[in-house]
Amino acid sequence: MINPNSPVLLEVRGLCASVNGIEILKGLDLSVRRGEVHAIMGPNGSGKSTFAKVLAGHTAYEVTAGSVLFEGKNLFALAPEERARAGVFLAFQYPIEIPGVANSQFLRLSYNTLQAQRGKEELDPLEFDDFVREKMKLLDMNPDFLDRSVNEGFSGGEKKRNEILQMALLEPGLAILDETDSGLDIDALRVVSQGVNQLITPDNAIVLVTHYQRLLNYIVPDFVHVLDAGRIIKTGDKALALELEERGYDWLSTPHQSAGETIAAGVSA
Amino acid sequence: MSTVTAIRQPAVDYLDTLLTSQPQLTPSRWARVNTLRTEALAHLEELQIPTLRDEEWRFTDLARLTRLSFEPVRSASLLLPTDIAPFCLGDVSTRLVFVDGIYAPQLSSQATESGVVVTHLSAMGADHAARIEAQLGGHQITSDNVFAALNTAFLHDAAVILVPRNVELAEPVHVLFLATQVGVANHPRCLLVAESGSSVTLIEDYVALQDGPYLINPVMEIVLADQAHVKHMRVQRDSSQAFHMANCAVSAGRASRYQSVSIAMGAQISRYNLSVLLGEGAECAVDGLALIADSQLADTHTCIDHAKPHGISRQLHKCIAGDSAHAVFNGKILVRQGAQRTDSVQSSRNLLLSAKAHVDTKPQLEIFADDVKCAHGATVGQLDAEEVFYLKSRGLSDGVARNLLTYAFAGEIIDRIPVASLKHRLQQRVLEQTGIAL
Repeated sequence: MINPNSPVLLEVRGLCASVNGIEILKGLDLSVRRGEVHAIMGPNGSGKSTFAKVLAGHTAYEVTAGSVLFEGKNLFALAPEERARAGVFLAFQYPIEIPGVANSQFLRLSYNTLQAQRGKEELDPLEFDDFVREKMKLLDMNPDFLDRSVNEGFSGGEKKRNEILQMALLEPGLAILDETDSGLDIDALRVVSQGVNQLITPDNAIVLVTHYQRLLNYIVPDFVHVLDAGRIIKTGDKALALELEERGYDWLSTPHQSAGETIAAGVSA
Repeated sequence: MSTVTAIRQPAVDYLDTLLTSQPQLTPSRWARVNTLRTEALAHLEELQIPTLRDEEWRFTDLARLTRLSFEPVRSASLLLPTDIAPFCLGDVSTRLVFVDGIYAPQLSSQATESGVVVTHLSAMGADHAARIEAQLGGHQITSDNVFAALNTAFLHDAAVILVPRNVELAEPVHVLFLATQVGVANHPRCLLVAESGSSVTLIEDYVALQDGPYLINPVMEIVLADQAHVKHMRVQRDSSQAFHMANCAVSAGRASRYQSVSIAMGAQISRYNLSVLLGEGAECAVDGLALIADSQLADTHTCIDHAKPHGISRQLHKCIAGDSAHAVFNGKILVRQGAQRTDSVQSSRNLLLSAKAHVDTKPQLEIFADDVKCAHGATVGQLDAEEVFYLKSRGLSDGVARNLLTYAFAGEIIDRIPVASLKHRLQQRVLEQTGIAL
């Protein structure tokens, strides 16, 4: 939901980042206000996942220039765990499996860590169990997943649901969903999207990193940005996503007339 | 000791010092025990305490042990049920308790199921004697193994468990060895005989009520007749100053199943030798965990002998070493000629938590049959950076993330413990050791 009076939550200016010495982000600018849903699309290798990981603070990526302000403060001054506690949440493209740690233990530990940070009440195992089961109903998740090891043996769809379950529990200010739709069938996509939609409030914001337009039928974006070769080259609304679906990404890189203009010019000549 | 007429060397051999009190043992009423003692003493004439020059001990330095002297246990400490309450398990009421190697009847309770024998050698009736005596010391573990021979030289009492044909003992049997005295050496012994088609769960448990040095040198013998099923949990939580030198010999008959989980957490030096002899179509699962820190040394040497065809073995051994601890694993798989259709998988996985911790892992395959499947693998590494990042991205601090992943690494083995109360107890212990509050 766009509200021009809403405060800016995330301000990215001239962000440059590299991995293994190769520059991936080459001056990315983005501004996200509270209550907004932004989609970042782009061809493979454009830097979409890199952007997500840099925001979360993954140490494999080196920031070489630019700034990111979250709630007006320098995000790079914070370690990954501090960013999480400040309300930045990354839903991983490939969620990590942690054999030996029960999902319920992991979720409760994360939840209580954030509660403590926010000066709120922590939950004991029994209380947490009731609480998490309620949240799982929203995502149509089988409570059996609580006793299993984190993401171990989960299908792609189940792993993504587990990510959104964490989002539901941790209630982040800024949620970055990295290709949440990859590997999901239509039913899983619908359930995950419904889950995300229920979590959007006027105070938080969502950044959807996605390759395909399909997800955006379910989670409707306020802004669609196209990332190409490490920079955002075009911003539009959801109509832009549909145009990309039809025409691909090539037409954006070269300064072409639109297809309609070319035909009109041809006819009149 | 044999009478010596030759002049002794001035330097007294360490083994001799450990044997000083052996001649004072009263002869046993069991002829077999006396025979075994004599045979063991004869073997000991040819043996020495191992050094780093011995192939089987090349990673394990016993200098810290040989600097110390140990007295025999002269009198039993009197313990009350409240003293052992922290070690009792809620879902297990059949318990044999040995305090510094001495059977404590007031703390033990025996099986009520008919025909099942859960007792100690000194109290064993003549009616079971024949079946027990035949198996005691029958498993070739003394011939070149100095610690097993030492145990046998001192053999006087033993925990004895006999499960008759086709009896399925639902409740586990807990054999608990408590160390209360400092500076002593004791040699606990246990024998489990599972007759044809029977089923039993055994918990072999070593704990300490003090934190000083002592030498504990246990021998466990397990015999599975055909189609028997034994689940064996072995937990070693000796004092941090103790020396735990253990031997276990398992003989698995035709189509029998032996599943074991062994956890080593205590002792400044621990060594566990496990040998499993598999009969035709027998199956074994041998899983282990060594969780050590400070300057502990934990050494596990296993030998799974596929003596006959169609045997199946699965082994997962994990070591977690922190501070400047040292873990050793040697997993030998022997597939004899004629042991066709053997199916064996062994995996050694090791986690180093600090720069000074160190692991030596050596899978050792000797395969003499040609129609077999044998897979093995070993990894040594640190915590996975992606896993640490994932947890940090959920707000967990670096320390908590690492502790949780260490706990998780151990958890895969602890999860395999089939007795719920023991599993829960060990999960708690690992949580404490890794400093997490869950």
